[in-house]
Amino acid sequence: MFEEFLYTLRRGGLKVSLTEWMALMEALEKGLHGSSFTGFYHLCRALLVKSEADFDRFDRCFLQYFKDVPFEQEVSQELLDWLDRPDVLRDYANWDEEQARLNELLSEEEIEQMLKERMEEQKEEHNGGKYWVGTHGMSTFGNSGLSPKGIRVGGQGMHRRAFRVAGERRFRDFRGDNTLDTRQFQVALKHLRQYSGLVDLPPTEFDVDNTIQDTAEHGGMLTVRYKKPRQNTVKVLLMMDSGGSMDYYAQLCSALFQAVSKVGHFKDLKVYYFHNCPYGRVYTDPSLLPSGSVQTEWLLSNLSSEYKVIFVGDAQMAPYELTGGWYYGRDRDPSLPQCGMDWLERFRDKYPHIIWINPSERPSWGQYWCETYDAIARVFPMFPLTVDGLEAGMKKLLAR
Amino acid sequence: MSEFKGSQNYVASEELMRAVNIAMVLEKPLLIKGEPGTGKTMLAEAISQALGKKLIIWNIKSTTKAQDGLYVYDVVQRLYDSQFGGEGVDNIEKYVKLGKLGEAFTADEQVILLIDEIDKADLEFPNDLLWELDRMEFHIPETGRTVTAKHRPVVIITSNAEKELPDAFLRRCVFHYIEFPDRELMAEIVRVHFPSLDEALLTQVLEAFYRIRQLPSIKKKPSTSEIIDWIRALVHGGVDPSRVVKEVPYLGVLLKKNEDMDALRRTWK
Repeated sequence: MFEEFLYTLRRGGLKVSLTEWMALMEALEKGLHGSSFTGFYHLCRALLVKSEADFDRFDRCFLQYFKDVPFEQEVSQELLDWLDRPDVLRDYANWDEEQARLNELLSEEEIEQMLKERMEEQKEEHNGGKYWVGTHGMSTFGNSGLSPKGIRVGGQGMHRRAFRVAGERRFRDFRGDNTLDTRQFQVALKHLRQYSGLVDLPPTEFDVDNTIQDTAEHGGMLTVRYKKPRQNTVKVLLMMDSGGSMDYYAQLCSALFQAVSKVGHFKDLKVYYFHNCPYGRVYTDPSLLPSGSVQTEWLLSNLSSEYKVIFVGDAQMAPYELTGGWYYGRDRDPSLPQCGMDWLERFRDKYPHIIWINPSERPSWGQYWCETYDAIARVFPMFPLTVDGLEAGMKKLLAR
Repeated sequence: MSEFKGSQNYVASEELMRAVNIAMVLEKPLLIKGEPGTGKTMLAEAISQALGKKLIIWNIKSTTKAQDGLYVYDVVQRLYDSQFGGEGVDNIEKYVKLGKLGEAFTADEQVILLIDEIDKADLEFPNDLLWELDRMEFHIPETGRTVTAKHRPVVIITSNAEKELPDAFLRRCVFHYIEFPDRELMAEIVRVHFPSLDEALLTQVLEAFYRIRQLPSIKKKPSTSEIIDWIRALVHGGVDPSRVVKEVPYLGVLLKKNEDMDALRRTWK
């Protein structure tokens, strides 16, 4: 019937599948749209869109496809000029209760039909009345009108009665373009688990082996035994590069961050930020304010080596940032590492399970940025920030 | 087919009623999302009341498994019983207890099944229910019995969007997002709860309430359930309507966080 709408939606970035489309066809056949345009709009939205973040996208596709159905195309510039009257926005002088009651009774289809006829007839500007397309009147079309029902032509929605609600794009704020599919990341992170029964929990799980053992020892007298449920013991330290060249990957990194914090099956999760490379201090906040920082030395001595460490960064910086001094000046204490590379090696020596996840591809040969990229890839196993890369990285973290 | 038009105690927007009816006619689960406190859970109760059907609630927790909703085989009880030669030990059926979903399937008349806060459970939970919700049947290997729904229940699922739901699951649902009610609808909702409320007080309360919600510094915005509690407190305390906007009495009922209260006191005039 209007298959092209399906493709409009898919082009607009909505993942509408055939299952949903068939459901819509079934619903239309059963008359669930109530033979009205608004009903049709709500029906489509309920069946084809599955997240409020996509409502705005849907509204736009809907408008794009149905905007010309059946009249908007024909609105002449002349008429739009007549209707451009922002000065009458809150003019209620023409309110007519009787007309309002009559307008209520009209169906959307009737109004559409009437509008078509008016547009054929209308040759001049008419405002404040109840028949022509005009402003601040009681007719069912035009704008800034007082009719309880109608089609807005030009102008701005004032009293939210126009039934073409799609045009208002109420859900613009809900759009979450930055929420990439964190679910896929979450599924990948699920691999990161090591179960152990050595946690402090009440024994609630039925223990088959010991029950059989004890029952046999009691000469067949049933002795039920329970054991402690096993729990994930993986602790994670997430170190994220923030700012500078990482800004290009902010969306991707925020998706990863959301996935890590939402997956929620780690025994402990610590997140710290750095810029380009960790030096004497790491930060608790991506804005890297000194007030929210801790000494890297403190971090290394307080987080035990059982933490699994995930670095996230593009590993691209000026070579001196890695091997020379750094932005914040050398550490005065000569016993501490003197350059970024030394700090990274401290991390590697302390934590046996450590990986570097890189949102960026390796720059092609001969480029300036390759140097630090390769240098870091020699220290840590490096994986790309993709679903596959993340899965491979999780396997690496679990390997003993 | 009976149609849902809101109920005595629940004011539903037109869009919501439409979504409910679409879901019922197409026999698909209705997935409801929305801000906390917009009456997602209440909806199922309202539907059950309006249609005069029994409501079965399956509350999902972080430890809930899909299996729990189907049936539980109490193997330990059976072992104990066999030890002491209890009667009917041979009858496995006796030790199979149906879960909420099983209960809904075996009910003698159509019921409303509310799967509340599905996003609390494990990531794979919705996937584990795909077949059961699609075909409305499940198999119990222990007894070799297949439980098929006598009457397809109306399934309402709520989510707070804590976790994302799998695509395959979403594809089978009708989706509705409950928007936060605007002033008009809120006035209507309040009137349902307080039919004899003083109009002056109501105007003042709504004025203060929507102003508070618009403050950008408020982290946890008050919702419908809070405004209802607040009005109850105001009525009980006999507060003069003219004081409501100026002083915002009983603030603790509206705002639940210390930071929010401080923020309000700083900016309120």
